[in-house]
Amino acid sequence: MAAMVSIRVNGVEMSVAADVSVAAALLNAGHTMFRRSVTGAARGPVCGMGTCFECRVTIDGEPGRRSCLEPVREGMRVTIDA
Amino acid sequence: MAVIGGGPAGIAAAAVAAGLGRSVVLLDASPRPGGQIWRHRDRGTLPVGARDWLGRLEASDATVLSGANVVDVAPGFRLGADVQGRAVTVAAGAVVLATGAQELFLPFPGWTLPGVVGVGGAQALLKAGMDVRGKRVAIAGTGPLLLPVAAALARAGADLRMVAEQAPPREVRRFAASLWRTPARLVQAALYRSAFATVRYRWGTWVKRVSERDGALLVTWTTGRSTWAEPADLLCTAAGLVPCTELARLLGCELSGEAVVVDHEQQTSVPGLYAAGEPTGNTGMEAALIEGAIAGFAAAGQGAGARALWPSRARHRDFSRRASEAFRLRPELRARAEPDTIVCRCEDVTLASIAPGWSVREAKLATRAGMGSCQGRVCGPALRHLLGTSADTVRVPVVPTPLGVLAGLTAQRDDSRGAS
Amino acid sequence: MTSRPDAIIVGAGIVGAACAYYLSRGGLRVTVFDEGFAGGGTTAAGMGHIVVMDDSEAQFALTSWSQRLLDDLLPAMPRAAEYERCGTLWVAEDDEQLDAARGKRTYYRDRGVETELLDARQLGEAEPQLRPGLAGGLRVPADGVVYPPAVTRWLLDQAIHLGATVREGVAVEGVAPRAVLTGAGRLEADCIINAAGAGAPRLTPGLPIVPRKGHLVITDRAPGFSRHQVIELGYLRSAHTMSAASVAFNVQPRITGQLLVGSSRELVGWDASLNRDVLGRMLERACSFMPGLAALPALRTWTGFRPATPDKLPLIGAWPSVDGLWIAAGHEGLGITTALGTGSMLTDLILGRPPAIDPAPYAADRVMAEAH
Ligand SMILES: Cc1cc2nc3c(=O)[nH]c(=O)nc-3n(C[C@H](O)[C@H](O)[C@H](O)COP(=O)(O)OP(=O)(O)OC[C@H]3O[C@@H](n4cnc5c(N)ncnc54)[C@H](O)[C@@H]3O)c2cc1C
Ligand SMILES: Cc1cc2nc3c(=O)[nH]c(=O)nc-3n(C[C@H](O)[C@H](O)[C@H](O)COP(=O)(O)OP(=O)(O)OC[C@H]3O[C@@H](n4cnc5c(N)ncnc54)[C@H](O)[C@@H]3O)c2cc1C
Ligand code: FES
Repeated sequence: MAAMVSIRVNGVEMSVAADVSVAAALLNAGHTMFRRSVTGAARGPVCGMGTCFECRVTIDGEPGRRSCLEPVREGMRVTIDA
Repeated sequence: MAVIGGGPAGIAAAAVAAGLGRSVVLLDASPRPGGQIWRHRDRGTLPVGARDWLGRLEASDATVLSGANVVDVAPGFRLGADVQGRAVTVAAGAVVLATGAQELFLPFPGWTLPGVVGVGGAQALLKAGMDVRGKRVAIAGTGPLLLPVAAALARAGADLRMVAEQAPPREVRRFAASLWRTPARLVQAALYRSAFATVRYRWGTWVKRVSERDGALLVTWTTGRSTWAEPADLLCTAAGLVPCTELARLLGCELSGEAVVVDHEQQTSVPGLYAAGEPTGNTGMEAALIEGAIAGFAAAGQGAGARALWPSRARHRDFSRRASEAFRLRPELRARAEPDTIVCRCEDVTLASIAPGWSVREAKLATRAGMGSCQGRVCGPALRHLLGTSADTVRVPVVPTPLGVLAGLTAQRDDSRGAS
Repeated sequence: MTSRPDAIIVGAGIVGAACAYYLSRGGLRVTVFDEGFAGGGTTAAGMGHIVVMDDSEAQFALTSWSQRLLDDLLPAMPRAAEYERCGTLWVAEDDEQLDAARGKRTYYRDRGVETELLDARQLGEAEPQLRPGLAGGLRVPADGVVYPPAVTRWLLDQAIHLGATVREGVAVEGVAPRAVLTGAGRLEADCIINAAGAGAPRLTPGLPIVPRKGHLVITDRAPGFSRHQVIELGYLRSAHTMSAASVAFNVQPRITGQLLVGSSRELVGWDASLNRDVLGRMLERACSFMPGLAALPALRTWTGFRPATPDKLPLIGAWPSVDGLWIAAGHEGLGITTALGTGSMLTDLILGRPPAIDPAPYAADRVMAEAH
């Protein structure tokens, strides 16, 4: 069993594998939409490598972080669009 | 010497130059070195060759900065990096650009739906821990990259439904036949194929459109003659790779098409600036290793070491050329976007709002296309393929950077200048 | 070439576009040339702050009158013009600057411009992202922002509707009495208007205009971060030093929720390259006033060239040494604001009508006359 960490996504606590990216953790938790586009359409990760900026979320209060490049950390607070 | 990018090309350049006694710093945006192909969480899962190179890099005296986005290179090779929210500057005598490639995404109706990801994108997400067990997955793309991605998804437990190669069967067959020149690649391809042996693998097939139905994707496939729809949870689709040349363009390197022009020693048109791997248009891990090593030798002033590698580089260039001919994009892929299809995903700009004759700057000022976070990384190459639009000017920061970090980068420059 | 127009305008920046609009409305047949594309010069690089300024009586007259003209046109403008009456908030760092704000308030009140003096607490309420400890500020509610390339396009479209011709991608190589020379041939007209912005002296040697470089940075969307165009009162000092490079805190909320962060001023000729020292100082100054800016992703930086004159006023009027030549250039950092007043005034002068405000302070040959 891999080590786990706990993160909060929109206030909801969840336990995720310690060695995954924030994007992978969100997808595995069933979130396919990470953000709303400027016209309000649902968007999720595309490139997985930092190019497309579709996976942007707010991490510990900092907006615009690319979740595919960001490893999860214990206690991390992630905010995605509703 | 500074190496930008920690894929095979960057690792080879850094390890070789450090081995020759150069003071080397490698900056890579990813959490750990490896680049696209050797992206990993557990090194034990990597092939031996990859582990060897990562070991060589570690054993060398090269300094590795991971999570380091190089966002500026000022004249005189003064690099500015955002290292996990810290402003770090590096002054180098020579620079190797080993920034790799990104996928080419050509717009089609439905391409912006969540669940539609890249081919390499799916692989990258998988390597970062995405769970695909039991998910209905379809792949539509082109070129040698399809096979390893299909194999990886199948091994990870995906319910793989379809692997579609856009190139016509005639071209794929001819390319496969030419692989006898590089038997290792033939074996590799066969191994990949065996990993998803029961899955449909169709040539001359591509995605026409995608919609949403019952909380899943409905993918409309076509061969040009017949068209049908199938459901999927994840559609992995792209139209091949394009070199990442933002830093090269910022520094004013000469480009040929989308690739950076280099000489025998991997040096660009800017003296002291080298490029290796995908940015030069020479695709694949083996080519990246060789070009990286040549750049490492050359930047360290060891021309002889570099020369010994020229013949094998030539073989890989030949392979790249054959691959790009065989997997040329069919015109139908460009014709899929409809007037109301979004082309710029950051700003939600539709195809119809962009006049075909516009320069990229005109399109941008009139529609905001390319003004968003990705700064035209996705819509730029797409518009180039759809409308022939030229590439936009690259500006600092090369990737969006917290304003405070950008301020710190330029302010630190003040200090270093004062000190020198 | 096509039939003879009444007026030829060189330059389709916002100033040339405003001239085209008012001249067309005045019944003239206009042809506009631009070597690039409409609104692609300094107009594309500017901030788009519509601001009433009190540097001099003449500057106040032109800025406030232009603002009234804009108010008249706004209902007809498309959404793309991105107009928003966000107001200007002038920030005083200390009591000395607050005194200056009081002076500004009196000046504006005497001339019918509404303002609101804010103490330290009210300032914090108006712009919560400002750092604590500032002395106060002055709010000018009627100021606003636009998206300059879209306004330019709209003005030209109206002119085209009234019969004007706009020729983009055609450079004017020379200006002769009542004629211009282009790569596509010679074209005659009763009046020629040089509205080539910072490039105007290339066609009319002797025009006292130099390019004054500025840097700007655009951030990712951060809706609600700031509500006003927020500028330090020290900006005026920066805008006035003509010699050394200077920076000032100047932040503008775009309708998209993005923030445009400025500003800098340098005299370095036509060198468009990024000056990292200036950029760093500019951003540090911005972050010192609004610490929260530091976390916002910066998407892009760029530079632009303000067409600067020695006395900070634009050149609007006849250029006596060339028959039929008129000038509408040299708007420095205020051309987005003052384009409409310029176009309207120039049209009145050309048609022999009395302009709404006294044109004398802007006379194109004033500086030349002084030099003699
Ligand atoms: C998503 C994707 C998946 C791929 N999968 C495969 C595969 O399975 N098999 C295969 O044979 N080939 C694959 N390829 C092709 C692969 O790119 C090459 O085979 C090989 O990895 C090229 O090595 P490289 O060193 O040139 O570039 P890369 O391996 O791409 O390495 C480039 C590195 O540079 C970093 N970088 C880029 N810009 C900056 C910057 N400004 N600052 C700091 N760091 C930066 C990147 O984060 C990355 O780590 C894939 C390509 C992509 C885009
Ligand atoms: C950083 C910055 C911030 C600014 N912020 C503001 C602000 O907030 N508010 C404000 O009011 N103002 C602002 N300004 C000032 C404003 O942008 C300018 O005053 C205004 O855009 C000038 O307009 P213009 O039409 O005279 O010049 P331009 O927009 O430069 O237009 C001149 C046109 O002439 C064309 N041209 C030149 N030579 C020739 C030729 N030989 N033949 C054919 N065409 C030619 C060019 O291609 C160009 O399109 C700012 C400027 C800068 C640089
Ligand atoms: S998925 Fe494209 S940037 Fe993260």
